[in-house]
Amino acid sequence: MRTAFGLRPYLYLTPSLIVFALFFLYPILYLVYLSFTSWNLINPVKEYVGLDNYRELLADPEFVQVLGNTLFYTVVTVSISLLLGLLMALWLNRRGWFYSLIQGAVFSPYIISLVSVSLLWLWMMDPQYGLLNALLHMVGLPPSQWLADTSSAIWGLILVSVWKIVGYNTLICVAGLQSIPKELYEAAALDKTPAWRRFVAITLPMLSPTLFFLLVVNTIASFQVFDTVKIMTQGGPVNSTNMLVFFIYEYGFDFFKIGYAAAAGVVLLILVGVLTAVHFMLLAKRVHYR
Amino acid sequence: MLHRLYAWSKHLERVVLLLVALVFIFPFVWMMLTSLKAFDEVMIFPPKWIPDVPIWQNFVQAWESGPFFTYFFNSLFVAVSILVLQLATGIPAAYAFARYRFRGSRLLFGITLIALMIPPQLTFLPVFIQMSEWDVINSYLPLILPYAASAFGIFLLRQSFLQVPEELIEAARLDKASEWQIIWRIMVPMAKPVLVTFSLFSFIYHWNDYFWPLVMTNQDQFRTLPVGIAMLKENEGGVAWNVVMAGNVILVIPILIIFFVAQRHIIRAFIYSGVK
Repeated sequence: MRTAFGLRPYLYLTPSLIVFALFFLYPILYLVYLSFTSWNLINPVKEYVGLDNYRELLADPEFVQVLGNTLFYTVVTVSISLLLGLLMALWLNRRGWFYSLIQGAVFSPYIISLVSVSLLWLWMMDPQYGLLNALLHMVGLPPSQWLADTSSAIWGLILVSVWKIVGYNTLICVAGLQSIPKELYEAAALDKTPAWRRFVAITLPMLSPTLFFLLVVNTIASFQVFDTVKIMTQGGPVNSTNMLVFFIYEYGFDFFKIGYAAAAGVVLLILVGVLTAVHFMLLAKRVHYR
Repeated sequence: MLHRLYAWSKHLERVVLLLVALVFIFPFVWMMLTSLKAFDEVMIFPPKWIPDVPIWQNFVQAWESGPFFTYFFNSLFVAVSILVLQLATGIPAAYAFARYRFRGSRLLFGITLIALMIPPQLTFLPVFIQMSEWDVINSYLPLILPYAASAFGIFLLRQSFLQVPEELIEAARLDKASEWQIIWRIMVPMAKPVLVTFSLFSFIYHWNDYFWPLVMTNQDQFRTLPVGIAMLKENEGGVAWNVVMAGNVILVIPILIIFFVAQRHIIRAFIYSGVK
């Protein structure tokens, strides 16, 4: 490490920091500012209205439902994909071409554009000609309306998201499992510790940082769901799959209620911010313990 | 006896695992099969698995239903420009964080970490307004510029620059190498695996991105492939699923090819994005 380089490090950092300031930090402040205004994108004057947008939002049954949908979607998606990811990682955590092949297959949806994934599942969920109803038909079950029904539509989106991210969770868990020192298991084997005890006493605690990380990252990602909503349901039927980012998008770009959309954006900012802060706090704690 | 039972359970486990893999692979197979069917073969129930004659015309129809050459070019141009800029801004920044001690480095690194945590879903509205006030909405700028620096890239490269032995750098300095030469002749070659990993990550992410190009463009001239493909569905009155799936194949194939060629690197790239 050197200290005698004067301005050089700042020079090297300037381009990146300008981008961050201009496109991450400033927009966040600007978003908060916009949330206190009433503005339709065309009028040159942004009228200051204080907390009006927030009051209106919280009294808006549509927004309350959107918030509820987002939370429901997040809780269900994250718990299922985390649990499945963990189970599959415990199963697939072995060496050999066969297991890497299966790992690759399970992971492949994760690198495919959400546009493709959404269109693909929209087609498979077609109530009339879709593959999923054909499979139900084959095993003698009645067809489902999938995305056309208010009670099942959100489950359709959850199914697609779980299918897409479970491979990611699996591989991160496999990486976590492989970093657990073998000696721990060897010692447990000498003591003839039963398998479930080994899991509870060694695997789970050693894997908990990984699981916690996945919990936070999956939750933040789920809060931001947009592509599937836009392509598969447009928030319908009757608002049953409308979620935060789609709500912001619609109010901003279709209804031109910028201040209102920005206020909803601040709600999202708070949700993401709290989670990120918790993440960092626990991460810092872990570093101190070492 | 127990032996044989064990062997059987092994076989059974493999069959079950193949079925699990099929759940994840089969939708892509279904996409390809659909893309080759005639329209009336798509519109029957129960569905027909294999098309009688593969209809390659679907691809032509998808490609000609909009300015798809433009979309394709834009996707490639935007993803590659972003990658080049991210490397150009990220390599010196990572070097500064890894190898210099200077006033405010912790604060500036903190800012980088915050940038890592702020998703595009939070910034699109203010950035869009800013861009339209600068009157640059109909250009490549709003697609490329906000991604010209990658906090994730800086983070990843910093880790790998930290691992380069100090003696190597001291030796280069004794040979009167400039800092710039040290970066490009020593650091970058040493960090090559991480650079490849990050490049794959960045390219795939921006090639696939739908949200940002959707909100930042309102003219075909600047739209990218994911936006164009998604419009295939909206354009039709009744959706021609065979044509939509053909468009989908066009979008997916480049990424699937990259995935098969560089699977190890790509999985590592996405795991890095998590573990670190």
